Amino acid sequence: MTLAAPAVAAPPRSSRRTRRDNRFAAWAFLLPAVAYVVVFFGYPLAANLVMSTQNYTVKSFYTGEAPFVGIANYSAVLSSPLFSTAALNTVLFTAGSIVFQFGIGLALAVFFNGRFLGSALLRSLLLLPWLLPLVVSGAVWRWMFDQDHGVLNAGLRAVGLDAVPWLSSTGWALPAVIITNIWIGIPFNLVILHGGLRAIPASLYEAAELDGAGAWQRFRHVTWPLLRPVTGIVLMLGLVYTIKVFDVIMVVTGGGPANATQTLTTWSYRLSFQDFAFGQGAAVGNVLIVVATVFGLLYLRSAKATLAEAAA
Amino acid sequence: MSVVRRALIMATSAALLAACSPSPAPSAPGGSAAPAATSITELDYYSDEQGSAAWQKILDTCATQTGIKIDRQKVPTSQMLPKVLQGASSKTLPNLLFTDNPTLQQVAATGALTPLSDYGVTTDGFYPSIVKAGTYQDKVYGVAPGVNGLALIYNKDLLQAAGVEPPKTWDELKAAAAKLTKDGKYGLAFSAVPSEEGTWQFLPFFWSNGAELSQLDSPQSAQALQYVTDLVTSGSASKSVVTWNQNDVADQFVGGNAAMMINGSWNIARLDEQKALHYGVVPIPVPQAGGKPVVALGGEVGAVPVTSGPAQQAAGKVLSCILSEPTMLEWSKAHAYIPSKTDTAQKFGSQQPAMQAFVDEVGTARSRTAELGEKYPKVSQALADALQAALTGKTPVDQALKAAQQASGS
Repeated sequence: MTLAAPAVAAPPRSSRRTRRDNRFAAWAFLLPAVAYVVVFFGYPLAANLVMSTQNYTVKSFYTGEAPFVGIANYSAVLSSPLFSTAALNTVLFTAGSIVFQFGIGLALAVFFNGRFLGSALLRSLLLLPWLLPLVVSGAVWRWMFDQDHGVLNAGLRAVGLDAVPWLSSTGWALPAVIITNIWIGIPFNLVILHGGLRAIPASLYEAAELDGAGAWQRFRHVTWPLLRPVTGIVLMLGLVYTIKVFDVIMVVTGGGPANATQTLTTWSYRLSFQDFAFGQGAAVGNVLIVVATVFGLLYLRSAKATLAEAAA
Repeated sequence: MSVVRRALIMATSAALLAACSPSPAPSAPGGSAAPAATSITELDYYSDEQGSAAWQKILDTCATQTGIKIDRQKVPTSQMLPKVLQGASSKTLPNLLFTDNPTLQQVAATGALTPLSDYGVTTDGFYPSIVKAGTYQDKVYGVAPGVNGLALIYNKDLLQAAGVEPPKTWDELKAAAAKLTKDGKYGLAFSAVPSEEGTWQFLPFFWSNGAELSQLDSPQSAQALQYVTDLVTSGSASKSVVTWNQNDVADQFVGGNAAMMINGSWNIARLDEQKALHYGVVPIPVPQAGGKPVVALGGEVGAVPVTSGPAQQAAGKVLSCILSEPTMLEWSKAHAYIPSKTDTAQKFGSQQPAMQAFVDEVGTARSRTAELGEKYPKVSQALADALQAALTGKTPVDQALKAAQQASGS
């Protein structure tokens, strides 16, 4: 009980100790999360940064030796004729995917928000693309896109249109992979937006209806503003999910034809595992990380502004 | 979890290159006189049902013969190199490794493999091109029990109906393909995907015309690429060849959508299953009559990575067994490969008429890495890009090849 004695004698010191204990406990609680982030995200990130400044070859994996080359990998990547192609494709792929995924997802969410017979069943069926392994969806789309025997062209021919060289023309291949990715991404948008819609009180719609607001006005002035926080998250996650898409493109076109569907992600893979220029592959990967981080920070700022607005 | 952190996490996965921590290489392997271990690990990529079963039989035979237990691991083809690199980095390589022959030089260059002469594995009587494929800096690091190559496989019924003889030259192939293209069916199918697979399919045309990988923009190379491009632009081959891998090509052929295809010997087993399909095999047509086709050599080589003395000795014993004549013949029959010993291959060809064309080609076949060694992957990628650019009509042939020569950096 000697410990308790000074505590009684000197209350200020005791409170300081409690505070110190508290701080220690706080750090102890934080430790698992910090350790997790450092080991699984911090370390790979740092290693990737280091790798991008090295001439990292197949040999380096075994010997552990990779000469430092400074920014040579970055300048090689940026001056490559493929960089602009891959960057532009990444922008088109991401923008095209998100606009339609979000648009169609929102329309379906609003549609399923109304209660009608079988709406729950239909909604769960729409989740299917999400449940299929990406390689399976990709392979099936690849068959459907086939120029001679694919079902899409069979449909076009049936209505008297010309067959489209979906995957074999440099002009159509990118739209084809975007269509595939839109189909895959709709359920994600649908589910989250549907959840957001459920959170909007029905009384607001009733009030708006009483005031004579039409369907479009109710959407524009009730649904849209109240859905904004959810919209932000969906778009942000959609962006990060889409910018890193790899398997879909790899399965459907492999980055071809003639690099028409090469994005920064597939190019990074190709540099690393087909050309064995691991340093350059890492450099492209880092460019992607920077882009994703910038958008993450932008989102955080806008979210903060929204919170401040709400508090005011 | 904050959204930024989430963003970072996802971006990290986009970085693709999960870091592997490289550690210094171990000192030289233990003395070669060390006693052999009683069990070894083995890694291969025969992951399709038929191939996997056939390979398992070979391993079982050799396990019984040598008394060494073989712990087998198989991965899909695309996972092979990442798996090997991971093993090299963490010093957990298998004791015995079977990998595609063009990647052998890459792995050997790291210093992770041991010369096969340490285990008394000789290359006497093997095709010189196969030995070359497994040689890095004058030492043999990998030998294949069997090899494969590409040939022209044709549908006998369709050719007969059209009154077409199996083509032997480029002109004949062009005429035959044009004549066989009708009713929504194509005369010829081949693969021109943007990867090593596409290059491998183009090389027989490229090499047979006298072009060299060290100079992609030579006139011979341009002529070969123009020839293949014309087959597609004239409509004798589908524009979809730029998206078809070799399995897709075989699908097209089996489905009757193509009267002829360029494909490998490993498809024979599958074609035999189709009772209604009557097929024949001839060597790849050559530019001029009387010439010899030069195809690229395919197949997997066995190598012994640096692990521990006893395990390496045991792996060497198993490899010797796999390379022995009876096992070689068994493997070749089961998986439609060509035995890599000259005499054995001749014997095999006379027993299996469908394989004779492949056997004939192996004599003049070339190893993809013989001239370029470690530089091959880069050149191969550049050539595949040129092939795609020309076939899609994005770039004229000569410009595509000029760009390829520049990209290959030689």
